[in-house]
Amino acid sequence: MAGQPAEKGFSHKRIERNVTLLGLFALVTVAIGGIVEIAPLFWIDNTVEKVEGMRPYTPLELAGRNIYMREGCYTCHSQMIRPFRDEVERYGHYSLAAESMYDHPFQWGSKRTGPDLARVGGRYSDEWHRAHLIDPRSVVPESIMPPYAFLADRPLKAADMRRDLTALGRLGVPYSAAAIAAANDDLKAQADPDADGADDLRARYPKVQIRDFDGDPKRITEMDALVAYLQMLGTLVDVDKAAPQEQAAPAAAGGEAAR
Amino acid sequence: MDDLAFKAGGWMALALLALAMSALAVDTAFAVHMAIVMAACLVALWVTISRADYAAIGRGILKAPADQGVYDDDPIRWGVIATMFWGVAGMAAGLFIALQLAFPVLNLGLEYTSFGRLRPLHTSAVIFAFGGNALIATSFYVVQRTCRARLAFPTLARFVFWGYQLFIVLAATGYLMGVTAAREYAEPEWYVDLWLTIVWVAYLVVFVATIVRRREPHIYVANWFYLGFIITIAMLHIVNNLSLPATIFGSKSYSAFAGVQDALTQWWYGHNAVGFFLTAGFLAMMYYFVPKQAERPVYSYRLSIIHFWSLIFLYIWAGPHHLHYTALPDWAQTLGMVFSVMLWMPSWGGMINGLMTLNGAWDKIRTDPIIRMMVMALAFYGMSTFEGPMMSIKWVNSMSHYTDWTIGHVHSGALGWNGMITFASVYYLVPRLWGAKRLYSLRMVNWHFWLATLGIVFYAASMWVAGIMQGLMWREYGADGYLVYSFAESVSAMFPMYVIRAAGGALYLAGFLIMVFNVWATIAGKVRSEKPMTETPYNPAADRPLVPQPAE
Repeated sequence: MAGQPAEKGFSHKRIERNVTLLGLFALVTVAIGGIVEIAPLFWIDNTVEKVEGMRPYTPLELAGRNIYMREGCYTCHSQMIRPFRDEVERYGHYSLAAESMYDHPFQWGSKRTGPDLARVGGRYSDEWHRAHLIDPRSVVPESIMPPYAFLADRPLKAADMRRDLTALGRLGVPYSAAAIAAANDDLKAQADPDADGADDLRARYPKVQIRDFDGDPKRITEMDALVAYLQMLGTLVDVDKAAPQEQAAPAAAGGEAAR
Repeated sequence: MDDLAFKAGGWMALALLALAMSALAVDTAFAVHMAIVMAACLVALWVTISRADYAAIGRGILKAPADQGVYDDDPIRWGVIATMFWGVAGMAAGLFIALQLAFPVLNLGLEYTSFGRLRPLHTSAVIFAFGGNALIATSFYVVQRTCRARLAFPTLARFVFWGYQLFIVLAATGYLMGVTAAREYAEPEWYVDLWLTIVWVAYLVVFVATIVRRREPHIYVANWFYLGFIITIAMLHIVNNLSLPATIFGSKSYSAFAGVQDALTQWWYGHNAVGFFLTAGFLAMMYYFVPKQAERPVYSYRLSIIHFWSLIFLYIWAGPHHLHYTALPDWAQTLGMVFSVMLWMPSWGGMINGLMTLNGAWDKIRTDPIIRMMVMALAFYGMSTFEGPMMSIKWVNSMSHYTDWTIGHVHSGALGWNGMITFASVYYLVPRLWGAKRLYSLRMVNWHFWLATLGIVFYAASMWVAGIMQGLMWREYGADGYLVYSFAESVSAMFPMYVIRAAGGALYLAGFLIMVFNVWATIAGKVRSEKPMTETPYNPAADRPLVPQPAE
C-alpha cells in the first residue's frame, strides 16, 4: 500500500512535505477499488443475462416513471426481489439484471417502508391503483403512504417526449427513429383505446397495455401515466423461460429488444 | 475602475443569461431555479458596486491589503452560522418526516409536504448543508492554523462559501418542486451538479494553495484527511452524476448508466459519501480539535499514517454491500463484503488514535463537557463502524436489508459521530472566532450532551427493534407452510417504534436548539453566571487542624 515505510530508502516524510505527492497518491489509492469493481460490469457479458421480452418504456410509461421518481417513491419502495423463498412467494420471481437494463437511472431502492414493486404490474386493477393513490388508507387501512390525489386532477404536462426518447437513445436505449418521431402521438394513443395509432404502438412496444388508466377518458392525467407505469412493472419478461445462469456463458441467446 | 466595471458587467451578464434561461425554460421548476440564480447574480452585483471604495479608485490607489498578521476568519464565522442554520432546518425536517411515518395525516395531502419529497430534503440538509458547512468552515480554520499561513485566494474562498449556499438552496427548493435525479444522496439535477463541481474545484484550489503557502515543513495529519475527502468527493460526484439532460432548458436528465451498472456506480458513490464526506472529513476534525481541546498530542503518529492510507484504500471497495442478493454479480457482492469487514480495522485504529489522545487527560471527561462530547462521538464512531461491517455480512444483510435497522445504523453514525464531533468543534470554535472569553454557558453544553445522548439511545434502540421485527415478520412461515404475515401487518407493527424514534429525534433536536441559543448568546457577548462545571469543594472553616476541646 502506498505510504508505508516498507523500504529503506523511502520515508513517509517525503509525502507529508509535498502536497502534490500527497494528493496524487491519495487519488490513486481511492481510484483502485472503483476501477476493479465497476469497470468489469461494462464488459463482462454475463453481467446482464439475455432474456426475451425486454423493450424500452413507452412514452406514457416513461412519463409515469418520471412521476414515480419525482414523488420520491424510491425512498420507500424497492424494485428488486431477492432470491429468497419468502420474497419470491410474496412478490414473484426474483429480479433479473436484464429487467432494469433500460432504467436510466435504476430504481432498485434500499428501503421497504412499503412493499416491493418490481412485479406489481397486473396484480391490482386500475381502479384499485386509483383509489389507493388518491387515499391509500381507503383500501389498505394499515398503510402509512402519503395520498397523491392531485395526480388525478392534473393533466399530464409531459413536455416534448421526443427529447426524452432522444436523450435515452443517445445513452443506448434502442428507440428507433420512428419511435422517437411518434413519441408524442404514442403517448396519447396508449391512454385512449379508440385512438388510431394503437396498432403502431403495439408493433413498436410489444405487450403494451392500451386503455384509459385513470377512469377519465376525456383527458390524460398524471394518474394515467403513473398507473400505466405501475401496471407494466415486471410484465415484460417471461421469467420462467429465463434459465438460471449456471454456466459462465449462457448457451441460449435470445433477441434483445424491440428495435 | 476597469476592474470594477469588468466585475459588475460580468455579474450583470450572468444575471441576464439566467433570465434568458428562465424565460426559455420548458418546466416551471427550471424557470424558478434560473430566477433564483438571477437573484443571486444581482445580489453579487449589488455587493460589488456598493462595497467598492470609489474614492480610493479615483485616486488610483489599490485596495489596502488585509492585515497579514491575523488569520482570515470571516468565511469561517459565516460557516459556523450556516452550520447552525442548516442544522436546525435539516433536523426539523427529519423530525417531521419521522412523525409522518407514525402519523401519515401529516403529509397534509400536498405534493410539497409529502414524505417522498421531504426525505431527500432531510438527508441533503443534514449531510451536505449542516455537515458540508461544518467541513468547509473547519477545514479553512484548521488549514490556516496548522500551516501558519493565511487562506490563499481570499476572494475564491468567499466564492466557495456563497457558491455552496447557492447549491444548497437550489438542491432544497428543487426537491420540494419534485426536481430530483432519484438516486439517493445524489438527488440534485444536472445543472445543480455542474454548479457544485465548479464550487468544489474552487474549494480544492483554495485548500491546496493554502497548504502550498505553509510555514511549517510538514503537512499536519488533519489536512491529509481533508485533502483526501475533497479529492475523493470530486471523483465520486463527477462520475456518479454523469447524465444527459433531455434539453438544456429543462431540469430533467437521464443517468448515463442503466440498471446494474447504474446501481453499483450509485452505491460506490453512496457508500463513499459516507466514507469520505461523513468519515474522512470528520476524522480531520477529530485529528485537530480533540488534541486541542484535550491539550495533548495525537496518541500515535505512526498509527495515523496507517489509519489514513488503509482507510481511504479500503473504503472505496465497500459499496456493493448495499446490493447484496440483488442482480449485481455475486463476485462483486462478495468483494464488497470482504472489504467491508476489513474496513473495521482501520476504523477502530482511528477511534483508538482519537481516544488514546486523552491519555493523561481522562479526568477531563468529568470536568469538560466538550471533551465528553468528543469521547461520545468517538464511542459512537466505534460502535457504528462495528455495526456496519457486521451488517455487510451477507447472512446478516439478508435480514437487515430493506428494513429500519439500516436507518438506525445510519443515525447512530450520523447523530452520534458526525453530530457530536461537529457540536464539540463548534463549541471550541465559537469563543475563539468571536473573541469571547468563554462560551455563554458550559452547563448548557452539558444539557445538550445528555439530551443528544438520550435521543440517540431512543433512536437507535427503536430502530433495532423495528428492523429486526420487520426482517423476521417478512420471512416467517407458519406450520402450514404459508407466510404468516401480510406486508400491511408488518407496517402496523412499526407504529410504536416510529413514535419512539420520533421522540428520540425530538430530544436530539431540543439539545441542538439549546446549542443554537448558547452559540447566539456567546456571539452576542453574553456570559452566563453559573456554577462552574469543575468544583472541588473547599470549606475554609473545616480547613484547620483538630485541636482537642475541653468538655463544657
